[in-house]
Amino acid sequence: MIGVQWFAVFRAIRCRPSTGHRPPTTGHQPRATGHRPPIKLAFTRKDLLGIRELSVEEIETILDSAGSFKEISLRSIKKVPTLRGKTIINFFFESSTRTRTSFEIAAKRLSADTINISASKSSVTKGESLIDTARNLQAMAPDAIVIRHPSPGVPHQLARMVDASIINGGDGAHEHPTQALLDAFTIREHKGRIAGLQVAIIGDIMHSRVARSNTHLLTKLGAHVRIAGPRTLIPPHYQSIIEESEGSLTVCDHIEEAITGSDVVMMLRIQRERMSAAFFPSLKEYAIEYGLTLRRLELAASDCIVMHPGPINRGIEISSEVVDGAHSLILDQVSNGVAVRMAVLFLLVGIES
Amino acid sequence: MSAKLLIKGGRIIDPSQGLDQIADLLIEAGRVESIGSEPGSAGVPPAEELEIFDASGLIVAPGFIDLHVHLREPGEEYKETITSGAAAAIAGGFTSICSMPNTDPVNDNASVTRFIIEKAREAGLARVYPIGAITRGSNGEELAEMAAMKEAGAVAVSDDGQPVMNGQVMRHAMEYARDHGLVVVDHCQDLDLAAGGVMNEGRYSTLLGLRGMSGAAEASHVARDILLAELTGARVHIAHISTAASVETVRRAKQRGVAVTCELTPHHLALTDAAVASFDTSTKMNPPLRSEEDRAALIEAARDGTIDAIATDHAPHHLDEKMLEYDRAPSGVIGLETALGVALTVLHHSSGVSVSRIVEMLTIGPARAFSLSAGTLAAGSPADLTIFDSQREWTVDPRQFKSKSRNTPFAGWKLRGQVSATFVAGRRVLG
Repeated sequence: MIGVQWFAVFRAIRCRPSTGHRPPTTGHQPRATGHRPPIKLAFTRKDLLGIRELSVEEIETILDSAGSFKEISLRSIKKVPTLRGKTIINFFFESSTRTRTSFEIAAKRLSADTINISASKSSVTKGESLIDTARNLQAMAPDAIVIRHPSPGVPHQLARMVDASIINGGDGAHEHPTQALLDAFTIREHKGRIAGLQVAIIGDIMHSRVARSNTHLLTKLGAHVRIAGPRTLIPPHYQSIIEESEGSLTVCDHIEEAITGSDVVMMLRIQRERMSAAFFPSLKEYAIEYGLTLRRLELAASDCIVMHPGPINRGIEISSEVVDGAHSLILDQVSNGVAVRMAVLFLLVGIES
Repeated sequence: MSAKLLIKGGRIIDPSQGLDQIADLLIEAGRVESIGSEPGSAGVPPAEELEIFDASGLIVAPGFIDLHVHLREPGEEYKETITSGAAAAIAGGFTSICSMPNTDPVNDNASVTRFIIEKAREAGLARVYPIGAITRGSNGEELAEMAAMKEAGAVAVSDDGQPVMNGQVMRHAMEYARDHGLVVVDHCQDLDLAAGGVMNEGRYSTLLGLRGMSGAAEASHVARDILLAELTGARVHIAHISTAASVETVRRAKQRGVAVTCELTPHHLALTDAAVASFDTSTKMNPPLRSEEDRAALIEAARDGTIDAIATDHAPHHLDEKMLEYDRAPSGVIGLETALGVALTVLHHSSGVSVSRIVEMLTIGPARAFSLSAGTLAAGSPADLTIFDSQREWTVDPRQFKSKSRNTPFAGWKLRGQVSATFVAGRRVLG
């Protein structure tokens, strides 16, 4: 079984003997990875800062590994000792329920000790500079720090200052690598592949770290990404962000153009405050022009899947019928988020160097 | 110090006189006495009365002029003082610097202007020419007392860093400044269009998720100022021009005879917005680093004469202030001590722009833009000299800087071209 081979490899190569690590050993085999060669250990990074700098091999390592971890969450006792004695700090400068909880559950299922620090803007941004924040964290000797911050690049800046592994839990409109990884995992689980798929990403591209990370990841793995939304919310240079890859990126003029024939339709949350900056006139008009309805969904491939990183504005960017409909994988995304984050924590922290 | 000084055997480049030749330069009582190609020719006194500086293999130029520095005094002396800034200027070969008024308090009245001049005189290093504010407190509303500041020694007016957004205020400022023989210097940026951007809008802002400001936010403001200059007959100087469209707008305006001049910074010549990908806050400045196309257009504009001056926009910030999130860190980099090296490396060694043209943008170009009596080695001029080696390679080490701040994007860079000696009024202040 793939899962067994994975962890046999991890143990043989990376783990100290007799540490008592008990890797998951059941026979779960993700459909999507069945054809893959079982051994690919291509992850030696200290940090996970973004998707852009990852190689295809590194991405596949995480996704394959997540397939093995997913099984743990299906057990009655959802815990393995893999990260026993490790300390993981969830440091969130922005409110987040889903991502923070997901990381916390992932860490706890691996037996790590977790600490959550929520820094409201007012208490931290006044006075304490990034270097002092970093030094304070360093002084607590964590093994990993999951950081979410409204300013792009903060995880990168911190990574240069601390020894702990930094995991980017979302930095401004820059990247949200674990979201893109869980999205890719979910797509692969249901479609068996990513290469060659048509994926529509629709909505507020400009302010979306999810759009950026997904664009990088999906095109690296050979998908054809189509972007659509109000022109005010699509950066004029978006087309230029991808490197040479197997996949492609197309910025569409209309949402229908993006959806037609798509295998995956990914909707992005629209935020009310964008109206005040004159990005679009009203939520009502947004829903009519750019919302995903059952009628629009008919344009997609008949077996298409619908995704949304959450939180959802029902009836605005996506109708309730679609959210709760047969094509929706929105809750699968949430479940898979835990597995992907377990894999990321394991690959960064669980392998003794 | 002897009363007479002979700069011997250097290559004298003085674009104000169309001069580029190996010659001796005789200085007497702080002024240029004569330039003669024959050592020992008539007019050169006997050796015992003469101090000699051997400049063979070196270039001898009029002292450099920087139209755009922030000296931070009064108010932010922990970043820079007039003395430390003037020392940095001398180290970089600048014998004259123009200090921007965004101090605390703002230089919007004659007493602050006089304070700056007095401090600079005490320092006794580079000549410091204050630039007064256009509006009180640089708030963009009421005009500052330009005539009084001019009387006290201000050479131009600017609300640098705080673009005058109200077109009618700018029109009045130009009309009034014209009456008083002052150049209006504008930091061109339509703040509404710039939309709180922290870097250039382009591929990299999109990749990095940092808010971008479009080139159009600058170019549209440049176009407005040029139209107002035509309307009012005032002289306008565009500070730190940074986009291809802005440069083209100035080029056309000059062709039709508008009294507009412009400056560009070494960092916009050497770097593009690709450097921001490091999230290193020493790549954050305003205007921001632009695209490679913009950079190429700036080099061409430097070559073809559209650019009047190389100015550093020397903007010291304390390390603590720069060690913030990219979008919260203050804008600005220091530049006095790297300007010549960067200009020679990028413009001459890499792009083939002549040394003479570069010297022009460091001397007579800026002198003419602000009507300063400097930037020339014509007989009788103050003997401000910059002597440099255009080939010498060196590595930028911020720890060696005379500036109090270290916020340079060029740390560790290998540059080709270095100042050897600086003279102010015939007095050797460096080398």
